[in-house]
Amino acid sequence: MIGICSYAGYLPRYRLNRMNIFSAMGWLNPAMLMNAAGEKAVANYDEDSITMAVSAGQRCLTGFNPSELEALYFATTTAPFKERQNANLVAGALAIGEEIRTADFCSSIKSGTSALLSALEFVGSGSGTKVLACAADNRMGRVGSVQEMVFGDGGAAILVGNENVIANYLGSYSKSCDFVDHLRGANSKYDRQWEERWIRDEGYDKLIPTAVEGICKKFKLQLPDIAKIIYPCYYGGARKNINRKLGLDFNQVQDDLMMDSGDTGSAHPLLMLAKALESASPGDKLLLVGYGSGFDALLFEVTDAIADFTDRVRVSDSVRNQMELENFYKYLTWREMLPVEVGMRGEEERLTRWSLVWRSRKAILSLMGTKCLECGTQQYPPQRVCVNPDCGTIDRMEDVTLSEKGGKIVSFTSDMLAATINPPAIYGNIDFEGGGRLMMDFTDCVLEDLQVGNNVRFVFRIKYIDPKRDTTFYFWKAVPSGEVN
Amino acid sequence: MASGIRDKVVVLGMGCSVFGERWQDDSSDLLIEAFTECIEDAGLEKKDIEAAWIGNHIDEISIGKGGCYLANALHLPFIPVTRVENFCASGTEAFRGACYAVASGAYDIVLAAGVEKLKDLGYGGLPDSPIFGQFARLISPNVTAPGMFAQLATAYEKHHKIPMDKIKKAITHISWKSHQNGMKNPKAHLRKEISESQICDSPFIAYPLGLFDCCGVSDGSSMAIVTTPEIAAKLKPNQDLVKVKALQISVSSGEEMSFNRWDGSGLITTRHAAEKAYEEAGINNPREEIGMIEVHDCFSITEMVTMEDLMISPPGQAPDDILNGFYDLDGQVACQPDGGLKCFGHPIGASGLRMLYEIYNQLLRRWPEDRLVKDPKMGLTHNLGGVPSQNVCSISILGLE
Repeated sequence: MIGICSYAGYLPRYRLNRMNIFSAMGWLNPAMLMNAAGEKAVANYDEDSITMAVSAGQRCLTGFNPSELEALYFATTTAPFKERQNANLVAGALAIGEEIRTADFCSSIKSGTSALLSALEFVGSGSGTKVLACAADNRMGRVGSVQEMVFGDGGAAILVGNENVIANYLGSYSKSCDFVDHLRGANSKYDRQWEERWIRDEGYDKLIPTAVEGICKKFKLQLPDIAKIIYPCYYGGARKNINRKLGLDFNQVQDDLMMDSGDTGSAHPLLMLAKALESASPGDKLLLVGYGSGFDALLFEVTDAIADFTDRVRVSDSVRNQMELENFYKYLTWREMLPVEVGMRGEEERLTRWSLVWRSRKAILSLMGTKCLECGTQQYPPQRVCVNPDCGTIDRMEDVTLSEKGGKIVSFTSDMLAATINPPAIYGNIDFEGGGRLMMDFTDCVLEDLQVGNNVRFVFRIKYIDPKRDTTFYFWKAVPSGEVN
Repeated sequence: MASGIRDKVVVLGMGCSVFGERWQDDSSDLLIEAFTECIEDAGLEKKDIEAAWIGNHIDEISIGKGGCYLANALHLPFIPVTRVENFCASGTEAFRGACYAVASGAYDIVLAAGVEKLKDLGYGGLPDSPIFGQFARLISPNVTAPGMFAQLATAYEKHHKIPMDKIKKAITHISWKSHQNGMKNPKAHLRKEISESQICDSPFIAYPLGLFDCCGVSDGSSMAIVTTPEIAAKLKPNQDLVKVKALQISVSSGEEMSFNRWDGSGLITTRHAAEKAYEEAGINNPREEIGMIEVHDCFSITEMVTMEDLMISPPGQAPDDILNGFYDLDGQVACQPDGGLKCFGHPIGASGLRMLYEIYNQLLRRWPEDRLVKDPKMGLTHNLGGVPSQNVCSISILGLE
């Protein structure tokens, strides 16, 4: 049996109320009001598609050994790098190890389902037994655009394998065509689209039914046989029309999270799939459609194993655990849509020394420390000379991954002087569970969330951006736990 | 068996520039100002100086590397000049180099200088620079000095179960006291009287430190000329001799940063350096035997924990001692009689020598009555460079005979 072994969605902590956007920009484009209901999930200032894929991946791999993975696929249309494989950063942060196959799936919001299909076929072909398909996007619309209203940021990850499968993969049906409802040139920051009525009527309204009916026909199924039909379509009216046209029951259609997160691009079908799996029952057939430049339709059947699949952060937790980003200017600043003065302190030279980064990749990318084989002291940063003053043994160390261990706050502060686009900079000393410590940035929190002795968990985030060399550098930060998002 | 530095070296003369925002002056102007006073006080001429050390921390915005800048500024005639850098202990390191040169018998008359020109930076505070190397830069937060030292407060609060309100009161008194002392000091950078409520209510820089918990960022230079007791006795037969009683440095081993024992509520290095310095100076009870101290109050909280790390206040008692006036100018142990880093200012490379300048002049009773420490006994200086989890601490003790 080949199929889904684990799943997770990830929404960033912040939400932007769409009425907030409309209040700021409705004067420019009053038609924005049509899309002004609900909230969109917005990546924190230190998040991008790579970090959100890692966050989804961390959740998805809870209870699994990352080193057993044989491939990792990363789908996004907002890859931080055109050249430098993005998937390798995701795999490195998840401490999967280097003997794996990795690939980026890009250039279409269908890429999430394409990555999932490739993962399923990788296992199906016998090339391996465990593959992680991750997707994340943080697409941007111009200020005052429809895209600004409907796009949201988020990620999802699906673990594919051939043991303890919770949803058996039955097959797929795809269509690929150069249907340009949206496009973003290689050098553009913002999405561009054609007339909305055309996108709705000739795009979603035709392609989604073709996908649904096509895969049913291929596998000789009737629509009532399907427990949940999962497809993205951010036009509420078009969704109603599609559902009516196909004769779908309300409960048969997976909620598209538009009120909670917005359309998370390549991640969206996988995010919706994760949400659907949270309430699926054994025997349910799930029909998933990925849309964009055509479609991918995939069919799954939920197994009995889903009953034992619990104890992890769910998409619904992520939807609940949120904080409103009340200040629209803050959002514009984080997205570099507003030229702000951060002071000369912020002009520090940020050259990344790649030879150093390569030598230190275990410590930086995978948050690995060392454990002394002589005295058992776990330490970070990785040491060759044991840091235990009563030991001091040289070169008797084993690697230990700390990213999943959690830690405790030793001290902390909130710094108004440090240069950041999200002041104050909150950082402090953290003791890792089992040993080792590090002065770390905190993120996704406010000063009031911190107490010496409280627990933290670790998230992979943007450490700095070097605009001069168009480089993003990543490292780990601490989030006070007791918080799930 | 090593015998230490005690009584082997005498401070023959000292000089100190006015500290502050010296917009009109280069590092060389500051050096010349300190040197003019220093050489006159020593009663010597430039040609008498056989070797020199210069302490400077942020060379990239001031004097550059090597010893050339000092040699050029003063036109020292082809003598050995060594630039030393050890964070905020750089000035004391220069002094230490000079003292060791004399104690070893290699030279008779040696100059120790410190200088820092910070106010060409273009913004407040100290510059961001990869002070712990390039790897550390990749894994450390984009920290600032106030942010790192502020954490002493949250850790101290936890360790001693002393409420933050009381800590805030104690550190407020520290800054108030420095302003009281600094007001009277014509060379100090900040000479305004500030009320305790102004200090306590100042805007946060890094929780729980407000603006007035942070020391001045200043330009300045300070110098000493040292020699042997025999030469000093000949040169200044009618004057008390200020002798070096102890010189110690302790550097973090990485234990604070990477091992899980230290709880962040004080400085391990200060304790090590203090223990060794007291032993070297023959001090058994620092609370009774030391009359004045100049400590590294880069932030008020640093001064507070230092009172315990120097073992003058018992553990957990520093806030009470501070609030009871024990460290005021007329208290039992006067702390920062010259206004400290807080008000005298903190040109990093000069600060260690500036502290020695104060102790030296207090011991020789050269100040006006309202600035004098009643019973100076021996005087101690303390520098702390780096951050609480990774730092260099220097301690020196001076005394008469």
